Amino acid sequence: MSIRCEKLTHIYQQGTVMESYALRDISFEIQDGEFIGLIGHTGSGKSTLIQHLNGLMRPSSGTVYFNGEDIFAQGYDLRKLRGQVGLVFQYPEYQLFEETVLADVKYGPKNMGLSEQEAEERAREALELSGLQPEFYARSPFELSGGQKRRAAIAGVLAMGPQVLILDEPTAGLDPKGRDELLETVSDLHKRRHTTIILVSHSMEDVARYADRIMVLNEGNLQYFDTPRRVFRYFRELEKMGLSAPQITYLMQELRDEGIDVDPSIGTIEEAREEILSLYWSQGGPLAAGADSGTEAGRGLGESSAATGK
Amino acid sequence: MKIIDAAHVFFDYVRRDENDNIEEVSHALSDLSLSIEKGSFVCVLGHNGSGKSTFAKLLNGLNIPREGTVLVAGMDTRQEDKLLQIRETAGMVFQNPDNQIIANVVEEDVGFGPENIGVPTEEIWRRVEASLSAVGMLAYRLKSPNRLSGGQKQRVAIAGVMAMKPACIVLDEPTAMLDPNGRKDVMRTVHELNRREGITIVHITHYMEEAVEADRIIVMDQGRPVMDGTPREIFSRVEELKALSLCVPQVTELAYELRKAGMPISQGILTREELVKELCPLLRASGHEGNTYAKRTR
Repeated sequence: MSIRCEKLTHIYQQGTVMESYALRDISFEIQDGEFIGLIGHTGSGKSTLIQHLNGLMRPSSGTVYFNGEDIFAQGYDLRKLRGQVGLVFQYPEYQLFEETVLADVKYGPKNMGLSEQEAEERAREALELSGLQPEFYARSPFELSGGQKRRAAIAGVLAMGPQVLILDEPTAGLDPKGRDELLETVSDLHKRRHTTIILVSHSMEDVARYADRIMVLNEGNLQYFDTPRRVFRYFRELEKMGLSAPQITYLMQELRDEGIDVDPSIGTIEEAREEILSLYWSQGGPLAAGADSGTEAGRGLGESSAATGK
Repeated sequence: MKIIDAAHVFFDYVRRDENDNIEEVSHALSDLSLSIEKGSFVCVLGHNGSGKSTFAKLLNGLNIPREGTVLVAGMDTRQEDKLLQIRETAGMVFQNPDNQIIANVVEEDVGFGPENIGVPTEEIWRRVEASLSAVGMLAYRLKSPNRLSGGQKQRVAIAGVMAMKPACIVLDEPTAMLDPNGRKDVMRTVHELNRREGITIVHITHYMEEAVEADRIIVMDQGRPVMDGTPREIFSRVEELKALSLCVPQVTELAYELRKAGMPISQGILTREELVKELCPLLRASGHEGNTYAKRTR
């Protein structure tokens, strides 16, 4: 099971003087259960791309295969696809409309033709997955806080039981804790349900932390598609595209420029912590630092512990 | 000199049913007192619902306190005859750039404010030009705002406020909807306005990195300031910030983690430069210079 794009091209206003390529010859394959980070500056084609993945937009040429089937082929059931490939737009809370949270979340599964009871079961399950407390289910969605509204909106997509969940900047406007909690929820869903995740984000720190692979779009071209570490190695190229690497990558790079032997492709706090500490202890830790007399003994001690560690 | 002086301010949001009976009262600000020095750059942090935006709207009389007073350049926001003057003194920039732009041409959008308060035409054009050049958007003066990026739109919105010759600009999460480049541009612009023109900046944000260069950080919780100090003071208190649903810049967090693990690193590291400077002597292999990186990574 996978999503496969083959030479996907989308041209806006084709045949006019305003003609422009939103996507150009994009080919890739996402395996079942992967966590993908999608980055690119404003206007790089991210939104256009994700709207092709569940058939909301039709390509000018090329196509998308979902589980081996061409989704733009005649007779392909796009309605069903949209239940399987769930898309959470930016600021999804603006799309809440029902009288209660539960009714809002039920709307999707009911529309898919499920019975009242099945729809309710799906909705409750989705709400639980979204991390929203049961006390809010019967409330009007408009009484919830920003973070809660967003969870309710995401639950609305989860209730359709998607195998793939695409989120377009789900954390925009949330405070740091709300940001972390929401991403943890998504990560949990990824682990527990094996749901394939495509996370569109402006935060390099977030994609570095969660994604198995990062897809970088630049002016409609697929520039990189690789593990975070391999992608962030190209931080200078990323900057030219109006992006950047995580703060931590820059730090490691600067340490390296100072002649410190650290891996410059590290992108998360956890990895950096391990890397720096292991180097520190391998050189004797506090014994070696600054104290000339203790250096030799300290280093000896550190080296032996590093050797047993590997 | 104080440009903002708020004393014992209470502000409630009241929800009423169809018959105008009070259904629910939420206390957005309770007993908030704080003052802001003229010419300073102040960042306001706080989780969603902590009262940051409610506070921001006090500063130009969009919100009037139930109790207590707010003085803007000495003027009480409760005096209705002073409201126009107060809004000229403290201009506001909001989160969504698309909601703040009204004209079809950039320069007309920037000129809208001064025109509205009856500034003579010649002077309007002078102000439009000065404001657009202050935010680095002069080259776009004849462009349509629709064609600008989010960051550029926000800079036009800031120019629109600048054209009113404010002493203070209050920005309520102006970078929340922008990409990293747009964010950088907006931050660079407000810092320049602060440094070059001496404009007081009150910047509300969820991005801790944006607060590092402020003169002062105010942390809000439950409608009042709970922490107040320099970035170094505030970001040294990692656990307290976390308890308030906030965090610290990534570099600060890494420094904190390393310190906790036993490395002798100063508290409240704010920038990469500072951390690199502290780490180098600790990590530099004394005596053996070989490439251990290659070894350690197989």
